[in-house]
Amino acid sequence: MMSKTRLDELNTNIYDFKNKDDYAYKIDKGLSKEIVEEISRQKNEPSWVLDIRLKALETYNKLNLPTWGPNLDELKMEEIATYVRPKADIKDKWEDVPTEIKDTFEKLGIPKAEREYLAGVGAQYDSEVVYHSIKDELLSQGVIYTDFDSAIREYPDLVKEYFSKCVPIFDHKFIALHYAVFSGGSFVYVPKGVKLEMPLQSYFRLNSPESGQFEHTLIIVDEGASLHFIEGCSAPKYNKVNLHAGCVELFVKENAYLRYSTIENWSKNMLNLNTKKAIVEQNGQVDWISGSFGSHISMLYPMSILKGDNSKTEYTGISFAGKNQNLDTGFKVVHVGKNTSSVVSSKSISKNGGIATYRSLVRILPNATNSKCSVTCDGLMLDDLSRSDTIPVNDVQNSDVEFSHEAKVGKISEKAIFYLMSRGLSEEDAKAMIVRGFANPVSKELPMEYAVEMNRLINLELEGAIG
Amino acid sequence: MSSLLEIKNLSAKVKDKQILDNLNLNIGKGEVHVIMGPNGAGKSTLANVIFNNPQYTKTSGKVIFNGKDITNAKTDEIARDGVFMSFQTPEEVEGISVFNFIKTAKQKITGQNVYFADLRKEIAKNMEELEMKPGMDNRDLNVGFSGGEKKKNEILQMLELNPRLAILDETDSGLDVDAIKLVSKGINLFKNDENAILIITHSTKILEMLKVDFVHILIDGKIVYTGNSELAKEIEENGYNSFKVGE
Repeated sequence: MMSKTRLDELNTNIYDFKNKDDYAYKIDKGLSKEIVEEISRQKNEPSWVLDIRLKALETYNKLNLPTWGPNLDELKMEEIATYVRPKADIKDKWEDVPTEIKDTFEKLGIPKAEREYLAGVGAQYDSEVVYHSIKDELLSQGVIYTDFDSAIREYPDLVKEYFSKCVPIFDHKFIALHYAVFSGGSFVYVPKGVKLEMPLQSYFRLNSPESGQFEHTLIIVDEGASLHFIEGCSAPKYNKVNLHAGCVELFVKENAYLRYSTIENWSKNMLNLNTKKAIVEQNGQVDWISGSFGSHISMLYPMSILKGDNSKTEYTGISFAGKNQNLDTGFKVVHVGKNTSSVVSSKSISKNGGIATYRSLVRILPNATNSKCSVTCDGLMLDDLSRSDTIPVNDVQNSDVEFSHEAKVGKISEKAIFYLMSRGLSEEDAKAMIVRGFANPVSKELPMEYAVEMNRLINLELEGAIG
Repeated sequence: MSSLLEIKNLSAKVKDKQILDNLNLNIGKGEVHVIMGPNGAGKSTLANVIFNNPQYTKTSGKVIFNGKDITNAKTDEIARDGVFMSFQTPEEVEGISVFNFIKTAKQKITGQNVYFADLRKEIAKNMEELEMKPGMDNRDLNVGFSGGEKKKNEILQMLELNPRLAILDETDSGLDVDAIKLVSKGINLFKNDENAILIITHSTKILEMLKVDFVHILIDGKIVYTGNSELAKEIEENGYNSFKVGE
């Protein structure tokens, strides 16, 4: 009965406002020893950091591109500026941040969120953090929440002890790249027994075209402590490729709890090659909530290493792949300790020819007896052009394990659309409602403000398909 | 009685199979109509075709609702014009609560903002009438509902959306006597002089609990006979054989 007309992706994305490419310093494009040394000089950092950078560069040059996953031929490092310093020093008051940059974060709702429900905020613009603050009462409890450069200067022993110990520089080619040129990011230390009631949030905004963002986030939640950390990312759209290769290292100590929530909404030209990993000690737990929107190509597979006995992890993720998008996301877990448990729930939505792939690794080592792992992944395709794939790798090395894997991939139900339309909803509204419902298990895990944000992103992604 | 729904010479097919064949039907305000017929006669097709379910194709004829030609209108537009259909097997939709669904639908249909607290109260009252478990409106739409719960949920939506014409497609099928009583109660709560009801059924049980004005016999895609509620009793006793044309 209905012929469907599909419009091209609308570019009226709320995130797609650009500021002038106005920086204090932008390094030459490309990647060389000189460039890496120059970044280090610009940042005025200790020599041990430069040593890691140079070793990482060597590793980068030796490693090959991954032989699996999306094709990355379009990435030409010689066209990417790996370091862009904004015209702003780090401030701890929003009114001191330069107007244009402050306006950016105002539009993204960050200062408001800080006033209302966050315990601390970091804001990075291009390669450097321009704002960082934490509530005084947390400071007095010994909580450290600062930008990564300050952490290197002020807590060198703590940083040295943990930096690159969770995600080693030789893990893969893009993590080597990250360590060669990393800049910005957040450092968090929650002392023993301290439980934060309100979340901390770092927001990363990449404004400069043909550039990369390589922030490093390092979080240590000490014994019996607990933290909810929220990470947000976005960028306006340019015609040339931008690159994001961040790194997140999480250390969850005995009896500690960490919830790590992310809403990434990159522009549709972004290559998002991000690495996130957690090491969880005895009775500790890390929960990941991950919403991947935007980007041209994403390769993102957060990983939990359940090192201690009785440690746990949950992963709840959703990705939305539209036209010209290839989102290759998933989760990795290694069960090392006994009685460890992992629960994975992954959802993907694809439309207008988008490709959404769930790629996972579950490894249960011989000593991880009496462990449990349950994986559920659902793919929802909104039309015949789109693709949804599931590529699980399961490596279970002992028999005293409960393991289940369930994968469902299907097209949006015409019957359900008809049912909703018979109640007065337009075809678009009906689809949006079904998609929001599909995403609901993920929204439910997010703080309310972010759930609203995610629904708004879903609605934006669904715009442009008219019945 | 002024006419609410007029169906003129309606023919329709699903894929290549002709299911409705020059069907005519008039429903006036304040009337309760029943369509009965053997399996495969086209009863459920009629409801879906009126609503322009994309799985069916109209090949000829017209559907006029409240003076407006809705033959080619979209499903959602027909709903907003005031037609409601209770589904034989309502879809399960994950992640959307019954409450939010009704709230959204009500806003779309009335074109007005619906206030949370008012709707909560109203729904709670109607759920009590239908003996639905408290809190069911917080559950995902039809997900894991029993057959009876799904049907009651359809009647709840009918009460909330308050259409001009309600088409109830096999709403009584698969229900026990108690559930049929509650569904009938819901229908009686809904009915007034300004609206109308079209009940599609193959059983007569529900008709004992409702005041019916017209009973139509649908066979092979045509209405072959129209009578009053006595007709339903006759069918219960003798079946459809005496109405089959050419047999």
